[in-house]
Amino acid sequence: MPLDNVVFWVFAPVSVGSAIAMLFQRNAVHAALFLIVNFFTISVFYLVLGASFLFAVQIIVYAGAIMVLFLFVIMLLGVDREETLVERLKGHRVLAITLGAGVALELFFAIRAGVGFATKAPPSFDEAVNSGGNVVALSRVLFRDYFFPFEVTSVLLIVAAVAVMVLASRPRRVFTRAGSETTSEDTTSEETT
Amino acid sequence: MRTPISYFLIVSAMLFAIGTVGVLVRKNALIIFMSVELQLNAVNLALVSFSRMHGNLDGQVLAFFSMVVAAAEVVVGLAIIVNVYRRRQSASVDDVSVLRG
Repeated sequence: MPLDNVVFWVFAPVSVGSAIAMLFQRNAVHAALFLIVNFFTISVFYLVLGASFLFAVQIIVYAGAIMVLFLFVIMLLGVDREETLVERLKGHRVLAITLGAGVALELFFAIRAGVGFATKAPPSFDEAVNSGGNVVALSRVLFRDYFFPFEVTSVLLIVAAVAVMVLASRPRRVFTRAGSETTSEDTTSEETT
Repeated sequence: MRTPISYFLIVSAMLFAIGTVGVLVRKNALIIFMSVELQLNAVNLALVSFSRMHGNLDGQVLAFFSMVVAAAEVVVGLAIIVNVYRRRQSASVDDVSVLRG
């Protein structure tokens, strides 16, 4: 049995199992931890598929940065709140699970119709495409064919950073000349709640 | 590599479906957001698999871009959730039925 087969059959159940476990966690912190496990298994799949750069990026960006941000917000909002099991819409949970199973079946048949179940990768992927290493090959594609989109993503990141600074800043108190204190839109509602 | 590419695609489809169920069933806004992240990751896995299948790196570049967009989206989304929580003292989506502040 070749090694990548072993790796796949070890990590695929862990991946799907951790995703399902995330779904059933009442506690948001536990859900986040299961999602981190899932991200690690996906990064292992990237390694098997020959995307070693994305393997590193997946661990650093997703499992590192994004999930730490999630955990930070969960801790900030308080972890002891558990969500209610009351259904606002009748039969909403059953319908949702039926729909999810439908999506899974549809994708399953789409894969069977589109690529077939026994599709093998081209055997020379590592020599032909990843020549000189995956990072070198990827940078060659990224900085030649996709240079403009790459620059646009930097603009996107700056816009996102500015937007978050605007969203997260508490509104400042405004003092008028008469000495009476008026507040901008947010503080009034905070006093009433 | 002996493992058929379609196996990875099937794992990706299962993760995507689990993420869909998570978005539809859960009520905590943070867990809904995590389910969306799971869906994004499933699609990334499919993109990398297709890249391997077709023997070029365009799929990996696209997965890289989608990671950048996901990072930006997470930051903005979490800021919105924190803002909603400040107003309503709740992160449940049932309590946020109107957009009005």
